[in-house]
Amino acid sequence: MIPEIGQFALILATLLMIVQGTLPLVGASKGISAWMALSRRTAQGAFFFMALAMGCLIYSFIVNDFSVLNVATNSNTKLPLAYRIAASWGSHEGSIMIWVFMLGLWSCAVSIFSKHLPEEMVARVLGVMGLVGTGLLLFLLLTSNPFDRIFPVPIEGRDLNPLLQDPGMVLHPPMLYMGYVGFSVAFAFAVAALLGGRLDATWARWSRPWTTLAWCFLTLGILIGSWWAYYELGWGGWWFWDPVENASLMPWLVGTALMHSLAVTEKRGTFKVWTVLLAICTFSLSLLGTFIVRSGVLTSVHAFATDPRRGMFILALLALVIGGSLVLFAFRAPRVGASGKFKLVSRESALLANNLLLTVACGTVLLGTLYPLFLDALKLGKISVGPPYFEAVFVPLMVPTIFLMGVGAVARWKEATLPDLWTRLRWALVVTVIVSVAIPFILGRTAPTSVALLALGFGMALWVATSAVVGFLDRIKHVGGSFSEKLARQPRSFWGMFVAHLGIAVFIVGVTVVKGFEAERDVKMTPGDTVSVGGYSFRFVGIEDHPGPNYQASRGTFELSKDDKVMRNLYPEKRKYFSFGMPMTEAAIDSGVFGDRYVSLGEPLNDGKQSWSVRVYHKPFVTWIWGGCILMTLGGLLALSDRRYRVNARREAGAVSWTSVKLEKA
Amino acid sequence: MKRIFLACVMGLCCWSGMALADNAVPTDTDPVAQKRAMALAAKLRCLVCQNQSIADSEADLASDLRRQVREQIAAGKTDEQIIKFMTDRYGDFVLYEPPVKATTVLLWIGPLLLLVAGATGMVFLLRGRGKEQEGVPALTPDEQARAEALLEGRTLPFPSGKGRK
Repeated sequence: MIPEIGQFALILATLLMIVQGTLPLVGASKGISAWMALSRRTAQGAFFFMALAMGCLIYSFIVNDFSVLNVATNSNTKLPLAYRIAASWGSHEGSIMIWVFMLGLWSCAVSIFSKHLPEEMVARVLGVMGLVGTGLLLFLLLTSNPFDRIFPVPIEGRDLNPLLQDPGMVLHPPMLYMGYVGFSVAFAFAVAALLGGRLDATWARWSRPWTTLAWCFLTLGILIGSWWAYYELGWGGWWFWDPVENASLMPWLVGTALMHSLAVTEKRGTFKVWTVLLAICTFSLSLLGTFIVRSGVLTSVHAFATDPRRGMFILALLALVIGGSLVLFAFRAPRVGASGKFKLVSRESALLANNLLLTVACGTVLLGTLYPLFLDALKLGKISVGPPYFEAVFVPLMVPTIFLMGVGAVARWKEATLPDLWTRLRWALVVTVIVSVAIPFILGRTAPTSVALLALGFGMALWVATSAVVGFLDRIKHVGGSFSEKLARQPRSFWGMFVAHLGIAVFIVGVTVVKGFEAERDVKMTPGDTVSVGGYSFRFVGIEDHPGPNYQASRGTFELSKDDKVMRNLYPEKRKYFSFGMPMTEAAIDSGVFGDRYVSLGEPLNDGKQSWSVRVYHKPFVTWIWGGCILMTLGGLLALSDRRYRVNARREAGAVSWTSVKLEKA
Repeated sequence: MKRIFLACVMGLCCWSGMALADNAVPTDTDPVAQKRAMALAAKLRCLVCQNQSIADSEADLASDLRRQVREQIAAGKTDEQIIKFMTDRYGDFVLYEPPVKATTVLLWIGPLLLLVAGATGMVFLLRGRGKEQEGVPALTPDEQARAEALLEGRTLPFPSGKGRK
């Protein structure tokens, strides 16, 4: 009964989405306000039914309704409740379901928080989101129905892949999808602006908070994914350049470019065409990312062909969304006149160059991710493109990006001169060069490659940090009052940038130190043995059986100590899930601000002495990688809480007139 | 020469660990060889796994290949020889760093092409802008009027569609 309600709700949501995607758009072009007015109600209605469908799906998982194929394949009675809920988005069907649910959520949010927008704009934005939603809902209903029933009903379900039975699964996909789908708002704004032929600073201003929010979610989603892979996979890496990871990195890179480009469009009224193109690209990559992960095309090109219906639908949908918006762009964009002028040396140029570098970096990741697929499809041989390739091409692109990031944060709008930049940045530059060259030697490194890599890493981090500080000092110089008053007068959007840029610096420090100083040992241990790494020693106390809800674990006890002082015990596990052949490694980590001590069990050696192969790692500063991402997210949220957005909200109540907002902003 | 640097780096890495009592048996006794084996293993793909290097995988094939690598290092083979051995046996698919050949040229020069094309386009665009816009007033007459109105403390209505009212 409940799955049928879900099914029915899904169909109703589709019908409402079809209305949302057509009538308001026609209304906007013909000036029929009754049709335009439909957009808000249909968006909210569609969201209601999608939430109902999502609720029904989750309910089916919670009560173990194995008559639903999706539940029977991805869950069982022994699965803990949190993972049964998470299993709702663990399968292909479920993840498309949560995707459309989030699209509903975002468009509902747009319908609520858009009271100050012209009716025409709202109709177009929601209309475009409705079209995208229609496409995905049809895909869901016609090829990947999450509510399909099976008969006879199995007594027990299969299981959720044990790799996915982790708190990461509860948080990571929803966050990531909130990011992916959130960019549909930026996309919809861009397409709406193209349709309406009105691309101005106001458009950028409306679109900006949505884009920033989506970017925050995506950053958080990627962060959780990276952290999850780090502790769950059991070999201590935090980024593997796996196609699945690349799929999320691509929209992040272009989305970052988009955020900055929008800032320029709003403040300076320039880059409009470029911003629109970025908005289209960001969402297209989100869509592509969802599909290359979900379609199975990554595991093998042939998986794509096993279900040609899904494959063809996906291709057609991608072609429609990406192709359609690009065609519209080609026809409409040149009409949108360029305005605003700036010199070759200016903040605009620095930001534009960085946009370019980020886009090229994204193109590179795309090339590396899809190349083996194309080669295989064309029967030109099978190759693997992995970390050595990506590190070789990605890092050289990031070095100038980071350099320009420092310059861009300090350079003046419109026209900056090199001598002026030099005067303001020379201290930052001097400090960066001296400190970054000194650090490797202070830390006892003399080998040239090692020194060079460390100096480069620290140099980039210091450059970002020092130039951010220079930019900050510059800003407060022009404000009156005491120091604390000066600080208080800075808008939140500035603090947002400052914190996010510092986040980048923290992130780079983490990456550099881990890369340069991590230590690992791969050893055989018998209870009583000690192994040391990075100044910490791990004593293998013993191993015991430890039953879990749906697995049997061998749990090791390791005593972690430093300088003969015992710090704590660590309990890595080797789990054997009842429903799954491969044993799973559950690493134990002692995490701290300055790094992690990490131990994971390999295999039992069956020598009668309870010996195991064990891997121990010391990962100095690895936590800074995620700390940096958290700072970036915080920065985004700070920028979102900026006063002018709240002023916008107040203006809806008619308290402040449009002009006075402009004045306040100036 | 490269080997010596590597040895120095390895030595430093392990030095802090060696200072403490240590009685676990390393799977490999020679730290330099072990580091080499690990570096090689990280570049080789576990063919039966879903995108894992043989260093990371716990599949039987991966541990077989890891042992192969260690044995060949012990037998005095160079990294190049070991990689050649692997690709002869399993094809380019086993290598995470694709070799440069006719079919992969585009992969390797692609990023550079993208960058050059993008940079050229950008410079072209910026140059064009600079010339085109000399002498163009930054404000349209409409905006000019509104700015003046603002300065005098009056408000002018916005054209329809721009503000709400």
